[in-house]
Amino acid sequence: MSRIDVRKTSKLYIGGAFPRSESGYSYAVNDARGRFVANAALASRKDARDAVVAARKAFGGWSTRTAYNRAQVLYRVAEVMEDRRPQFVEAVRQAEGLNESRAARVVDEAVDRLVWYAGWADKITQVTGNANPVAGPFFNLSTPEPTGVVAVLAPQASSLLGLVSAVAPVVVTGNTAVVVSSYDRPLPAVTFAEVLATSDVPGGVVNILTGSAATIAPWLASHMDVNALELVGLAGDAALAALATELEVAAAENLKRVRRAPAAEPDWTADPGLAAMTAFLETKTVWHPIGV
Amino acid sequence: MTPTPTSRAFEYAPAPESRAVVDIKASYGLFIDGEFVDGRGTSFKTVNPATEEVLSEVAEANDADVDRAVKAARRAHDRVWGPMPGRERAKYLYRIARIIQERGRELAVLESIDNGKPIRESRDVDVPTVAAHFFYYAGWADKLEYSGYGSTPLGVAGQVIPWNFPLLMLAWKIAPALACGNTVVLKPAETTPLTALLFAEICQQADLPPGVVNIITGAGDTGRALVAHPGIDKVAFTGSTDVGRAIARQVAGTTKKVTLELGGKAANIVFDDAPVDQAVEGIVNGIFFNQGHVCCAGSRLLVQESVADEVLERLKRRMSTLRLGDPLDKNTDIGAINSAEQLAKIRELSEIGEREVSGAGERWAPPCELPATGYWFPPTLFTGVTQAHRIAREEVFGPVLSVLTFRTPAEAVEKANNTPYGLSAGVWTDKGSLILHMANRLRAGVVWANTFNKFDPTSPFGGYQESGYGREGGRHGLEAYLKGTQA
Amino acid sequence: MTSTSLPTTPGPGSGAAAAAAFADVTRSDASLRRFLHGLPGVDQVGAEARAATLGTRSIKTTAKAFAIDLAIRMVDLTTLEGQDTHGKVRALAAKAMHPDPADPSCPMTAAVCVYGDLVATAREVLGDSGVHVAAVATAFPSGRASLGVKLADVRDAVEAGADEIDMVIDRGAFLSGRYLDVHDEIVAVREACRRPDGTDAHLKVIFETGELQTYDNVRRASWLAMMAGGHFIKTSTGKVQPAATLPVTLVMLEAVRDFRDATGQMVGVKPAGGIRSTKDAIKYLVMVNEVAGQDWLDPDWFRFGASTLLNDLLMQRTKMTTGRYSGPDYFTLD
Repeated sequence: MSRIDVRKTSKLYIGGAFPRSESGYSYAVNDARGRFVANAALASRKDARDAVVAARKAFGGWSTRTAYNRAQVLYRVAEVMEDRRPQFVEAVRQAEGLNESRAARVVDEAVDRLVWYAGWADKITQVTGNANPVAGPFFNLSTPEPTGVVAVLAPQASSLLGLVSAVAPVVVTGNTAVVVSSYDRPLPAVTFAEVLATSDVPGGVVNILTGSAATIAPWLASHMDVNALELVGLAGDAALAALATELEVAAAENLKRVRRAPAAEPDWTADPGLAAMTAFLETKTVWHPIGV
Repeated sequence: MTPTPTSRAFEYAPAPESRAVVDIKASYGLFIDGEFVDGRGTSFKTVNPATEEVLSEVAEANDADVDRAVKAARRAHDRVWGPMPGRERAKYLYRIARIIQERGRELAVLESIDNGKPIRESRDVDVPTVAAHFFYYAGWADKLEYSGYGSTPLGVAGQVIPWNFPLLMLAWKIAPALACGNTVVLKPAETTPLTALLFAEICQQADLPPGVVNIITGAGDTGRALVAHPGIDKVAFTGSTDVGRAIARQVAGTTKKVTLELGGKAANIVFDDAPVDQAVEGIVNGIFFNQGHVCCAGSRLLVQESVADEVLERLKRRMSTLRLGDPLDKNTDIGAINSAEQLAKIRELSEIGEREVSGAGERWAPPCELPATGYWFPPTLFTGVTQAHRIAREEVFGPVLSVLTFRTPAEAVEKANNTPYGLSAGVWTDKGSLILHMANRLRAGVVWANTFNKFDPTSPFGGYQESGYGREGGRHGLEAYLKGTQA
Repeated sequence: MTSTSLPTTPGPGSGAAAAAAFADVTRSDASLRRFLHGLPGVDQVGAEARAATLGTRSIKTTAKAFAIDLAIRMVDLTTLEGQDTHGKVRALAAKAMHPDPADPSCPMTAAVCVYGDLVATAREVLGDSGVHVAAVATAFPSGRASLGVKLADVRDAVEAGADEIDMVIDRGAFLSGRYLDVHDEIVAVREACRRPDGTDAHLKVIFETGELQTYDNVRRASWLAMMAGGHFIKTSTGKVQPAATLPVTLVMLEAVRDFRDATGQMVGVKPAGGIRSTKDAIKYLVMVNEVAGQDWLDPDWFRFGASTLLNDLLMQRTKMTTGRYSGPDYFTLD
């Protein structure tokens, strides 16, 4: 008689803890061939509300840590991910229907992407900030600052590499995130949440809600305590793309910074550039007179 | 410093850091092409300056050794490290940074034994900053196209470093060089080779490809041979202005790029509205940290005349609580002078200083019991110093502070700048505009306001004029190791 | 050591001497403000760095044993709860006299600190053991009541037998710049501490540094309290976070040191609240030693306002004498 495995219940990740959805709902997740894999928590608007509260609470601490410290934390996430490589390869294989070697490449890219972003923590200021030579006896300095709580709709298709590429640039600069994972392919995000929980990431910095962007996104887009929206999770899905305008209109109420979705998901292996970080950075300019 | 025995006296019992974590071999070879090999020249001894005990016998690389090392670096650059994508180079540097953190205690203890600096400083300042430096530059390796300096390395760098911050100076040289795709041949100072040799072991633990880092121990001749070698593209040197000049002459007419980080005689300027207790800490930190063996040391205190007496009184009282002694005692503030040679220089200049100020000022040190063996010098200050005195102009490179006064900001600027050096300066005042006014006018590569001796891998460091050229640290620190965007 | 005798009264002259020296300064709100704001500023980063560096001192073996015993002798063993009863105070007082039931050589604490209406109970138990009775007063902890009520609070406690009074300053007045009001209130409380026989209960002035927020304010409050004749300056009530911190205490130690340089008079320092471990307590003692100097290393000039600290000191003391780590079952809760 072969051994029966102990199957994991997949939960949400909010405020550093793993609660079930307050709605009690879940939904069936199938692999790329349509076979049942697990029931994932179906996040409700109240879960989203709770996640925003957690993200706001975490923002003060996370944004005031030194850049070096944030870099160390993200690098640690990469270390722990690397350590769990077989688990992630299996999760990606299952979710995206890739063969073993392609799934492995995706995981390797995801880890390297995290390392790349970790290295930006203490450099983004040097690349986007500068002193300004104003025409007067004033010291004048422009520096980037994180905008606050960012709601992220993670990509529907690229369930790990795309996820990491959407989340890392938000938090490396000091923002906190409420993430809605891919609907059909949520399980790599669940495993990623477990990595975050064990890698010195303070609770609330990243919150992961598995479930439907169509249901949750409008609540996040209209939430007055969310500062920005990353909409890449609408890309490549006609039904979701139809939501884009409505979400942007809702976001206008408190002038959220909106990063619009492209028509299709980008090549996630390409150099991301700075845009995913600068979209969620403010620029602060300080003046001070020079004199005796 | 020598406590008055009363029933209230709080005597700190000895709190020695254990030496057990460190394993010093009887002898060391050279680290070339990924392994330790025998040198073909002679050897020399390295000594613990606190006890004068011989620690180890170290190979002295001769011309043939230097040649071998440069060739190994060239092969590694051309075949492995140069073609390697930045993101893979980055991961090697991250590994090295992690191992430095993991072996941090061992490195700190070894540094204190070989250099003489207090374990508290090597543990809390040197080693963490070393790890941070490797972490920072690791993160540039795959982002050079954002640096503003292009992404093409120079090739092979020959690097010569001093004895005052052996491992930290190694990190300042190797981390940016490797991040940019160069390979290196590095010569540590002859009195402090051991942490560089342990670093070589760390490179092996990180599986760094052979030849990317080569460590060749030796003294002046080895350094000259390295700088002169036609096979290197870049020279990086930190040390005395005299040697820096010699190197600048040596590379003249070649295509070698060179950066130099040399001496200083920094002014630490205290205004009458300074936060006085923190200013006193800053003065003490500025000149007595690392026994004053710091190129950017605040060795000239320029105190506004109206508060000079008060500041001096507080300074003397504060100096009386400094603890001098065994570098491995966790409560030691002032460790040993690095070598007999350096001690002789400090003594000589101090005797000159004493003669120079007699009548106008005094030579003062808190009462201090110096251990019987080893090289020691008490924290000392000279008052009544003026710009004409040698102890106001020449770098002592020891725990010796020259105190001068000034009346106005303009006078402070004038006196501070009245030197061929230009490495660093300190300004203490509660007035923001004055800080910025002074910072604008002080001819120094680093200006510390209401703080001193602060270092960070993101913050560029380097001097004006005879303090050298080029910057280490930050985005600007990449320039020295890249070809640049010009043809 | 002087801790076994009643508090030495500084003498009727010395409080007056300080007051006279600063009569010019305290003549008006404006001149007091000019004086306080003319004191040298405190750089936050520098002050915190110095406190942190002092915290790296490694105090072991004989030094640690010395520090632990000294710390025990400096504890003002405290209970300040709405639910305090006579029973609770009796137990606390008994513990103050015999902190370690297993070891009679363990020194007594400096004092017990209780609310004014429980002073008599504490006095009864402590007798002439040498452990002092300190009472909080002046509408502790908020200080929000009329001056008449606050002074009556003090007089009651003094009459009931308090050796020491821990008052709170009016933070509202301080933060709105009414420095002279704060000063005069301290002077009035000091007068209310006078007993019919001419002796004084010792006055500790609590700043509630967590509410003052900046180190500059703490320096100013320190000078204000010392000029008004306080015997001790104290960080906190323990009811507001943050309570005592190393850097805040550093600034206060610098102030008492400077005050003595200026006037010849010593004032004590008491950090209170949040000091829970022996390690913390030793850091404070190192700071006293290196910042103010060893004259302050005495219960007459330095106290810890604490409750759980005592048991940790006792556990560490036991470990040093027996070589074994101890556990809570071996020490009394009170």
